[in-house]
Amino acid sequence: MDNALQVKDLCAWFGEHQVLKNITMDIRRNSVTSVMGPSGCGKSTFIRCLNRMHDLTPGFRVSGEVFFDGRNIYTDRIDPVLLRRKVGMVFQQPNPFPRMSVFENVAVGLKFNGKKRSRSEMADVVEKSLRMAALWDELSDHLDRPGTSLSGGQQQRLCIARALAVEPEILLMDEPCSALDPTSSARIEDLIEDLSDKYTIVVVTHNMQQAGRISDSVAFFLLGELIEMDTAAKIFTNPADKRTEEYITGRFG
Amino acid sequence: MRRGAPGNPKDALFERTTAVFAFGVLFLAVLLFALLVRESLPSIRKFGAAFLVTGTWDPVAESFGALPFLYGTVVSSFIALLIAVPLAVGSAIFINEFAPEWLKAPVGFLAELLAAVPSVIYGLWGIFVLVPVLRDYLMKPVADHLGWIPFFRGPVYGPSMLAAGMLLSIMIIPFILSVSREVLATVPRIQKEAVLSLGGTHWEMIRIVIGQHCIPGIFGATVLGLGRALGETMAVTMVIGNRPDILLSIFQPGHSMAGAIANEFTEATGELYLSALVEIGLVLFLLTFVVNLAAKGILKTMVSRASRGI
Repeated sequence: MDNALQVKDLCAWFGEHQVLKNITMDIRRNSVTSVMGPSGCGKSTFIRCLNRMHDLTPGFRVSGEVFFDGRNIYTDRIDPVLLRRKVGMVFQQPNPFPRMSVFENVAVGLKFNGKKRSRSEMADVVEKSLRMAALWDELSDHLDRPGTSLSGGQQQRLCIARALAVEPEILLMDEPCSALDPTSSARIEDLIEDLSDKYTIVVVTHNMQQAGRISDSVAFFLLGELIEMDTAAKIFTNPADKRTEEYITGRFG
Repeated sequence: MRRGAPGNPKDALFERTTAVFAFGVLFLAVLLFALLVRESLPSIRKFGAAFLVTGTWDPVAESFGALPFLYGTVVSSFIALLIAVPLAVGSAIFINEFAPEWLKAPVGFLAELLAAVPSVIYGLWGIFVLVPVLRDYLMKPVADHLGWIPFFRGPVYGPSMLAAGMLLSIMIIPFILSVSREVLATVPRIQKEAVLSLGGTHWEMIRIVIGQHCIPGIFGATVLGLGRALGETMAVTMVIGNRPDILLSIFQPGHSMAGAIANEFTEATGELYLSALVEIGLVLFLLTFVVNLAAKGILKTMVSRASRGI
């Protein structure tokens, strides 16, 4: 098993406040890794470090190394724009572009890399992406509808299709189900399992049941530290650290 | 149902007092409009709709048509928008999206301070700096080489439609800038991050986000700026040349509605002359009223859309 991402001694600060402390973690290729922990433990901050999403945040500082394709994304003259095409992201709130149709929403990322594509090439990518996001059957006849006219769960799958359209290797998902109803959440979970054949997926969640259902490995964060990381089975049945046990048994968080 | 504690006399008194103030403002506006109409009645009766489409302005023959003034006001304001909108929106993008934190506040403050400069100061600066510079370094060379284009035909005097438009543009930039900045600030962060996460550049992020969220707001800001430009009197009349003719060349002098009233009011001896000037005022009042109403409406729909999160 090779690793899609290797994180070494990652620390992060917002101004003077340190939010991540010496995180070291390997993320296996084509697997689902859940990052779980109570609110404010730094889990969202952590995955946003993996595609340099904090670059525009004033006062944000990072130290340590994140290796992707053998190169440290924080040095080695990595272009964050190119990095983000390889490391896509899905957010907590579905965020389709309001004045774009379903089709345009999925195709929007294709226009960024400057390559001219014909309408039929675009249509192929849009169809493929919507199929992967399990939306094609519902929406193939409604590609011209505004993206925001869909239901919340559909909007989130549309955002997943949009992220997949630029053909990333890794998909980061920041609490992708927390704004959705249980049925929609279940569909996203199914989708995550299907996608893990081809993609490396890192999911932030505060939902332990969800982490248990979808993950190959689970990382437990507390107060900016990685407490432990192991297979889902190990974490939920026989955690090594007392704090992990306390969290999964609901004693805090 | 009545608001406030029923039966509490102090609350009732307070409510009624504030209502009096509110209706007082409304009453003043209506009174202003009614007086403008009454005073312009002789002119309206004499010239009717022809007043708006006739180009003669001859106080001696008592023949009045407001078209040159209407034309001057509209064209100089349009030139002002043409210059001000790109500059103001560009500055708004720079200040909000690119400027380092320590630079944002001072630059924003100074730009908005431009709005506090009295217009007569702008006029003086226009006469002594803008007009000579424009005449020698822009209008003369352009008229010499491109004079065959009707818009750039000489002879070049200095005071002109272009000078008025440029001066106006500087005066309305602060308004368009500050509204544009607010419009940009209403864009949800998550929308910007969506573009970045797909591998968009900073420029693509701004382009998409403006297209998706800011067009109505920037249009509203533009109309607001237009409203200011239409009514500006002092600065315009100092640099536009005050010639009541309709000339296609923007290097030629023109006149404006507000300028005409300010310049000719003291000389208006006959009843009809005075009435014609008041009618210009009425037209200007209606024009700015409609423009401002449109701007408010557009801004309002935009804000309500933003608050619904779309």
